[in-house]
Amino acid sequence: MELLLQAFSWLLTPESWTQQGGALQRLFEHLGVTIGVVALSAGIALPLGVMIGHTRRWTTAVALLAGAARAIPTLGLLTLLGLALGIGLGAPVLALLVLAAPPLLAGAYAGVQAVDRAAVDGARSVGMSEAQIIRSVELPLALPVIVGGIRSATLQVVATATLAAYTSDTGLGRYIFSGLKSRDYPELIAGSLLVIALALLLDGSFALLMKRHASAPRSDLKTTTTSPGRNPS
Amino acid sequence: MIEFDRVTKRYADGSPAVADVSFTVPSHKTVVLVGSSGSGKTTLLRMVNRMVDPTSGRVLIDDVDVTTMDPVRLRRSIGYVLQSGGLLPHRTVVENIAIVPRLNGATRPDARERALTMLDTVGLDRDLASRFPAQLSGGQQQRVGVARALASDPNILLMDEPFGAVDPIVRRSLQHELRELQRTLGKTILFVTHDIDEALALADEIIIVAAHGVIAQRGTPTEILTRPANAFVAEFVGVDRPERRLRLADAAGVEVVTDASGRPIGTLER
Repeated sequence: MELLLQAFSWLLTPESWTQQGGALQRLFEHLGVTIGVVALSAGIALPLGVMIGHTRRWTTAVALLAGAARAIPTLGLLTLLGLALGIGLGAPVLALLVLAAPPLLAGAYAGVQAVDRAAVDGARSVGMSEAQIIRSVELPLALPVIVGGIRSATLQVVATATLAAYTSDTGLGRYIFSGLKSRDYPELIAGSLLVIALALLLDGSFALLMKRHASAPRSDLKTTTTSPGRNPS
Repeated sequence: MIEFDRVTKRYADGSPAVADVSFTVPSHKTVVLVGSSGSGKTTLLRMVNRMVDPTSGRVLIDDVDVTTMDPVRLRRSIGYVLQSGGLLPHRTVVENIAIVPRLNGATRPDARERALTMLDTVGLDRDLASRFPAQLSGGQQQRVGVARALASDPNILLMDEPFGAVDPIVRRSLQHELRELQRTLGKTILFVTHDIDEALALADEIIIVAAHGVIAQRGTPTEILTRPANAFVAEFVGVDRPERRLRLADAAGVEVVTDASGRPIGTLER
């Protein structure tokens, strides 16, 4: 309790935020790493997942691969990459990319695959090209599941991005690592609280986004039970 | 005219879906392929717009082999109605119908106007235009499907059990309306069904398909009913069923038509 109060008092001290390398800067770094990693990973995983869902090829292989990739311990991977790449942001970004890819991939291919085949068949038979089918049939209908995958990936990355401080002076993880080392537990707790707050904020934004999308006047959107899931990290 | 010239389709494992099938669909006529499920009739239908390509043999539209045509452009020039409707669940009725005119290059307002006209043609209220497919009854969805197929005024209409999923009463009225529509439009229609009564109600010519697309008999509805070529056709058409064996009875001066068991069906006009 004492520690928690000290953590709050640390958080309420303006200098904690404003100083060089303070909480505000770190918060933005953390957010930046998260958004950057998810965007980069999505840039690869989403098109791949959509293509797999559309062609229905390699779905089993990819499902197995994505499942296996989820079991990779990010800290272990980061250590390996850190040894190879040295100090800097490269290793954590790569490790986080690997973390983000499975839920993104799963969301994309599961979402597209779950689109009503009759609608796709209908679209093809009236003369839509494959690109048109993807763009104006499969993507809109799969959107809730795809966004679910992005949401899941974002949450995992924002929580795990603390590891960026393992090999570089970036993000909120710095407070956790340095707090641990110097036994400055209030600072450690304050850092954790900030990560939690950021995660909740991001998740809340996604919840709001999906709710607005769902309340749009459409009715027959297939609800799928295929959830991209969370990483038990 | 659509011509099937010794068409064979084999599955990946080599077993035939349809084997060595030839027949023609004359222009402006309605030809109904009727057979039990798995007979390959849908496969035959889907060869016309290249949703399926034959393993061997040719499908010709007005003497042009369809495999020489770009499938996407070919499909845009042919109306297609699916059993499930195949409507896009996230698009409104009017957007669904406007898809084909849009694909064929019509501007958005033109396509929309065309779609609204098509609603009138298939007997749907324009108030339904902004509904989503799931908000329609099965019969209304099928009408939208027909409207979409007709929206670009194609010469050829492919109909794959379009009324199979609606209740018998709605099916009857849809069949009736299709006949009326065909009387004014004069499309070349290839229609697939497993319901021989539907075939009798709609066809200029019926093709009865046994397994693997083997044609058991082709002929006008009257020919099929009166001169079944073999036991398979007779069984399929049900020539011995009581409702096919009509009798004439006299009811106080009015001639009444009854079935074999004496149930009245209608009165006779001479």
